[in-house]
Amino acid sequence: MEATIEVAGLRKRFGRVVALDGMSFTVTPGRVTGLVGPGGAGKSTTMRVILGLVAADGGSALVGGRPYRSLRNPLGHVGASLETGALQPGRTGRDHLLWLARSQGLTAGRVDEVVELTGLGQAARHRAGGYSLGVRQRLGVAAALLGDPPVLMFDEPFDGLGPEDAGWLRGLLRSLAAEGRAVLVSGRLMGELQDTAGHLVVAGHGRVVADTGVAELIAAASGGRVAVRTTARPEAMTALADAGASVAVTGRDMLVVSGMAAERVMALLTAEAVPFSEVTAHRATLEEAYMDLTRDAAGSGAGPAVSPEAAGGAAAGREAAR
Amino acid sequence: MSTGTATPYRSPLRTGRGGFTQQLRAEWTKFRTVRGWVLATGAAALVTVLLGLLLAAGDRSVCSNGPVEIPCPVPPTGPGGEAVEDDFYLVYRQLTGDGSITVRVTSMTGQIRLPDETPGVRNVAPGVVPWAKAGVIVKASGEQVSPYAAVMVTGEHGVRMQHDFTHDTAGLPGKVSRESPRWLRLTRTGDTLTGYESADGVRWTAVGTARPAGLPDTVRIGMFAASPGHLTATGGFGGPSAMRFAEVTAVFDRVALEGAVTGGGWDRHDVGVTLGPDGSPHHPGGLVESGGTFTVTGVGDIAPSMEGARIETPLTGVVIGLIIVIVVAATFATAEYRRGMIRTTLLAGPRRGRVAAAKAVVIGAVAFAAGLAAAGILVPLGARILRGGGTPVLPVSTLTELRVIAGCAALLAATAVLALALGVLFRRGLAAVTAAIVMIVVPYVLAATAVLPPGAGQWLLRLTPAAAFSALQSIPRYPQVIGDYTPVAGYYPLAPWAGLAVLCGYAALALGLAVLALRRRDA
Repeated sequence: MEATIEVAGLRKRFGRVVALDGMSFTVTPGRVTGLVGPGGAGKSTTMRVILGLVAADGGSALVGGRPYRSLRNPLGHVGASLETGALQPGRTGRDHLLWLARSQGLTAGRVDEVVELTGLGQAARHRAGGYSLGVRQRLGVAAALLGDPPVLMFDEPFDGLGPEDAGWLRGLLRSLAAEGRAVLVSGRLMGELQDTAGHLVVAGHGRVVADTGVAELIAAASGGRVAVRTTARPEAMTALADAGASVAVTGRDMLVVSGMAAERVMALLTAEAVPFSEVTAHRATLEEAYMDLTRDAAGSGAGPAVSPEAAGGAAAGREAAR
Repeated sequence: MSTGTATPYRSPLRTGRGGFTQQLRAEWTKFRTVRGWVLATGAAALVTVLLGLLLAAGDRSVCSNGPVEIPCPVPPTGPGGEAVEDDFYLVYRQLTGDGSITVRVTSMTGQIRLPDETPGVRNVAPGVVPWAKAGVIVKASGEQVSPYAAVMVTGEHGVRMQHDFTHDTAGLPGKVSRESPRWLRLTRTGDTLTGYESADGVRWTAVGTARPAGLPDTVRIGMFAASPGHLTATGGFGGPSAMRFAEVTAVFDRVALEGAVTGGGWDRHDVGVTLGPDGSPHHPGGLVESGGTFTVTGVGDIAPSMEGARIETPLTGVVIGLIIVIVVAATFATAEYRRGMIRTTLLAGPRRGRVAAAKAVVIGAVAFAAGLAAAGILVPLGARILRGGGTPVLPVSTLTELRVIAGCAALLAATAVLALALGVLFRRGLAAVTAAIVMIVVPYVLAATAVLPPGAGQWLLRLTPAAAFSALQSIPRYPQVIGDYTPVAGYYPLAPWAGLAVLCGYAALALGLAVLALRRRDA
């Protein structure tokens, strides 16, 4: 089976709320693909459509070229961790994995392997009702890995993880991708994915806003901007603005200048005798790049019928109901 | 768009073949790994057994013979193993080989004791109860419950041919009087007995044939009379009822015997008469013979007996067990929805119909096992305890006993499937449990405790899933015996398997709707 996820033209409405409005992207093996966007962008709905949980009103979602619902022993094809609370409190984590294993014709030995792999340890023998969020996330990952699938999907796996658990998860995701698996990870906070994802699908209002490599995205967002460190911020701003550049304050002694090359900025400041300690080409963070993109999407005339707030609010309401 | 450079991952892991068994094993693992569900199912069986044993142990029966307390008499058992009554007045001769008896019945009168109007004063009125019977009989021997066949006139059910207690064939309707007498004939040819009736002694109509089990070469042949007691319901609908003394007197003439009849004259035998403490017969029958006219008076009946407890009597507590099973089964479904586990379940089994079917099989099997254990212990043990306490228990065949046990298990199993399906439909435990209880427990309780008029109760036990309680009924209703055939007394309007089929129909319908809903709904 080809280890890919292909999503094409997905549409889905929940009542009057448009959740998916032509969502299309492809996840290829060998790298971590981040599916990012604000709440209500359609990330969770897209994942549920791919997994056959939610029926789309239009479009197609294929895993390895086939609809999820047609897969025999699906956990051997796709592993997914969608939500951390979906556990029977009275059942131990190991027994949770055991029934999943039975459903795929897997042995109890495989359960012990993934318990080991995800570092669940003794927690697996305790009832799930007492699990911390971190343990639940690990159990979710263990369940996803149970069938050793070539395609993996994680819905906001960093949610509520401490720095240590988050670091472990990043390493695991990278190594899973390095083994040639297709890994799709959704998230709201770009920082979580910055070091992990090699490729990004940015969603907004149920559509893809950008489908690009992380490096390209940052380069595009940084485009021609210059950072200036100066102790005389007001003087510097006046000088640069008078010369036709647009200036933004990003810190106590930091300015970001656009519309002017770094050499010209340096020459100008020197000529006006404004002191400065540093002039560098500005490197945008993923967060900034993402903000730029989503701002653009909100401003576009071809946007969906629902305002971002309304879509976000409705989707948040739906998520709260689950 | 850039493409990943690594070679796609190939897993060395081998999964199963993807059959339904995997789903079954998964659902079974789910069930057995939640301790509360396993314990509750065990508790359902245990509660049923304990309530039943308590009920059986608390039942102590003592009967009296006049002022003397005696153990309650155990009714004799007929050729089919069922409890029977074989009390009647017989006027007979011995017949060897083939032969026949022909009589004319010209009168049937009697008296019935009614509830006392003045306490302590017997209130007896003339009358004949509907199943008072008088006619001609061939009986294997003088022993009680020996095989027989008879053709007879009755109080209100016309001419009948009956044999070996449970078999009854109707002849022509109508009452006997001097103006419209009835001729009866019973013929033996080999092992076959044929009954005939006639209005004039010329034109005869066959009523039926019988082959009583193990009829010897020499048999008793003659006339008989018997009258079951008069059933009065006191206390209104379904309230307590009382059986009161009644006797019948029939006048026979034109008596003709054919065949090798021995003996000089007619012998009499008050078959099964009870003796009082002083040794004298209690309610004796009698014969007055004058000039070829025989006036025979009899008390009792030749029919299946309904007196006593039944093997399913201790199973009353199964209602509590049933409620526990409903809660477990509904929760087994709604727990999936409570925290979104249904999504994990559907990821592992995207064929949703199969998932629902696997869940139903598992919960059905679990409930069946619990019911089988409970009834398998309680039915034999309860009967022993009842008998030990002096309460006669109506005997049934091993097959019937097994059917009652299996019926109890099936009742729990089908109810569990119904509750599970309601759980999938409603996705809320409280709603599913309430719906299941309203569908099965409430109708049963309403009908079985006579809160409703009997007619309404009977309809509830035909139309609602509570019809399945008929699977527990061990003693059938005999049309030829007047009895308190109400749900209160443990008689259901549908046959055992028909009642169970009603419940299974509901369960199948609910499961079908659940599968449909599961397929249509977004998870």
